[in-house]
Amino acid sequence: MSTFDDPFDPDRVLSRSACVCGRHHSAAEHEQALALRCEQTSSEEKRYEGVVASAVMRAVFPQDAARRAFLRSVGASTALAALSQFFPLKTATEAFAEASPEKKDLKVGFIPITCATPIIMAAPLGFYAKHGLNVEVVKTAGWAVIRDKTINKEYDASHMLAPMPIAISLGLGAQPIPFAVPAIENINGQGITLALKHKDRRDPKDWKGMKFAIPFDYSMHNYLLRYYLAEHGLDPDTDVQLRSVPPPEMVANLRADNIDGFLAPDNICQRAIYDGVGFLHILSKEIWDGHPCCSFAASREFITTSPNSFAALTRAIVDATAHASKAENRKQIAEAIAPANYINAPVTVLEQVLTGTYADGLGGIKTDAKRVDFDPFPWQSFAVWMLTQMKRWGQIKGDVDYRAVAEQVYLATDTGKVMAEMGLAPPSSSYKSFSVMGRSFDPDKPEDYLSGFKIRKAS
Amino acid sequence: MSALGLRAALVSIALFAAFLAVWQIATRGSGAATGMSPEYAKLMGATATQGKSAMPGPAEVGAQLWEHLRRPFYDNGPNDKGLGIQLGYSIARVGTGYLIAVLVAIPLGFLIGMSPLISRALDPFIQILKPISPLAWMPLALYTIKDSGLSAIFVIFICSVWPMLLNTAFGVASVRKEWINVARTLEVGTVRRAFTVILPAAAPTILTGMRISIGIAWLVIVAAEMLVGGTGIGYFVWNEWNNLSISNVIVAILLIGLVGMLLDQILARCARAVTFPE
Repeated sequence: MSTFDDPFDPDRVLSRSACVCGRHHSAAEHEQALALRCEQTSSEEKRYEGVVASAVMRAVFPQDAARRAFLRSVGASTALAALSQFFPLKTATEAFAEASPEKKDLKVGFIPITCATPIIMAAPLGFYAKHGLNVEVVKTAGWAVIRDKTINKEYDASHMLAPMPIAISLGLGAQPIPFAVPAIENINGQGITLALKHKDRRDPKDWKGMKFAIPFDYSMHNYLLRYYLAEHGLDPDTDVQLRSVPPPEMVANLRADNIDGFLAPDNICQRAIYDGVGFLHILSKEIWDGHPCCSFAASREFITTSPNSFAALTRAIVDATAHASKAENRKQIAEAIAPANYINAPVTVLEQVLTGTYADGLGGIKTDAKRVDFDPFPWQSFAVWMLTQMKRWGQIKGDVDYRAVAEQVYLATDTGKVMAEMGLAPPSSSYKSFSVMGRSFDPDKPEDYLSGFKIRKAS
Repeated sequence: MSALGLRAALVSIALFAAFLAVWQIATRGSGAATGMSPEYAKLMGATATQGKSAMPGPAEVGAQLWEHLRRPFYDNGPNDKGLGIQLGYSIARVGTGYLIAVLVAIPLGFLIGMSPLISRALDPFIQILKPISPLAWMPLALYTIKDSGLSAIFVIFICSVWPMLLNTAFGVASVRKEWINVARTLEVGTVRRAFTVILPAAAPTILTGMRISIGIAWLVIVAAEMLVGGTGIGYFVWNEWNNLSISNVIVAILLIGLVGMLLDQILARCARAVTFPE
């Protein structure tokens, strides 16, 4: 159920006394439901109408008890009719949905992988248009190029790997330029793929001397592969070779036997299986269930110069992400983003990734509906975790103010507000603990977490 | 003569047929995989299920080529345009960069060729800058120009400027002394001398430089567009490579060769027009 499903339901509590979000009957229930899943009401218009109507109802009946008594006695439809008599709900809803953007024609860069699903699908499925924007999504050749083009303002906003905006803001591998992340694109959605010849070497302890490809240095892929190897006793800097390779070249390199495997974003893993050159060793979900993968990022400059455009973009992305998070929409999405104008990949491959029923490359069919999932909330604890790994592997030298960086780059508060306005239920806190391969991470104690690792780059 | 031409054509055709035959045989499939459950096979590609070669055969490439030639100007949005449009973008970029290079290289080449002092003074710079791979300029260009389209044009400019510059300088410097002396005795002014005596005399050498340049520019644009993306034939190759669609890549390679040949032929015609018997 969504925040304001039906403000004319007499049994619903609209006031904020029960819990912070008003969705649950008690604070305990709220805590329980904190694990965020964005769900939608039947249509966007309904949802906005709900938000507007509940605001009006709250104003008319400041006492929750009075409102409920009123609704019980006259019925919801009469109340709605009465309310719209003196308050133009329809017009108010429309006005609420459109805050006129400063800049309507925007360019958004993306890398053709399924992580970019919400950014891409928002174009063919009309999410940008719905929020009053005319967005051109532009396919880009690689992460460094997308970074440079966004910094150069050729793109207004971009698909980036989740750690990239942090790295850019800190000036790692580029000039420091403040960037911000209003939304995470996808969670999970990566995997370790090995060449078919390694199908009997499934224990990472036997992987000494192997060559692995990762898409970029500042990527969750890099950190997760290093983490996975280190937990199995291999030092990723000395025991194996890690290479930055653009995703499409990973499959070709695997076929040519230049690499033994890769930790790649999906559809690349599935593509290697589809072409019969590799098999899926594990999904990244098995390393950390619910880990962030890619993000939607924009420069601070764009946010300050065009706040309404940025807000509309955020709304469109959150909207698209919510749509993508529903399993029943996934097939349609796979078809929408497969053409050459977007991802340019066989529909079967995208469908296997998005629906989670896939061939594993060894002759078996597996099902995991959460192989890739979509959840826009930019948890600041994600950023803190990434910073610990950047420090662990020597990308950051010296001290770092984890919280300050996380809060500057990951816009949890703003996105939470947008989500609430849209009738979605954002979590009340922007930090959460989680566990990665059984090692629990407390965002309040990043240094302790960091010092718990035996294998790390000597600083 | 025509008999020789006919025989040469026959040999060309025979070679091509042999090449196609070898290609066809080399890309034969290895036969369908056995023991694969039908549900699993449905999720897999033809390479894995029917043992189809990862390299497409000539028939497949031919069909793909026909598909592209049938509708060269379709436009399915910013990331998917017909081959004709992509080639148009590439040619426009090469044309712009090349034209700027002509405007810079030929006057500068004249100056270097006519003045031994400037020739000596600029020599160290030219010697150092000339051998730099044009793509090495790309990050610097992206960083300073802050526009990927202009950066690509800049890279074309920088790669096509050197052969023209050196050839112009060489052509101008090696105009026969007698002709210049004749002009001098007739008291022809410097500007007039440059245009009526030196330019026609040096034109064949200058055009040779221009012909080398256009070849290099066309080589470089493909690589540059693969880097910056967006539009152009280089982007098309990258986009299809992304989808591991080798037959499309081969089609693009074919067309790149064809356009390169055309550009070269145009310059060759121009060169023939300005040559003179001595």
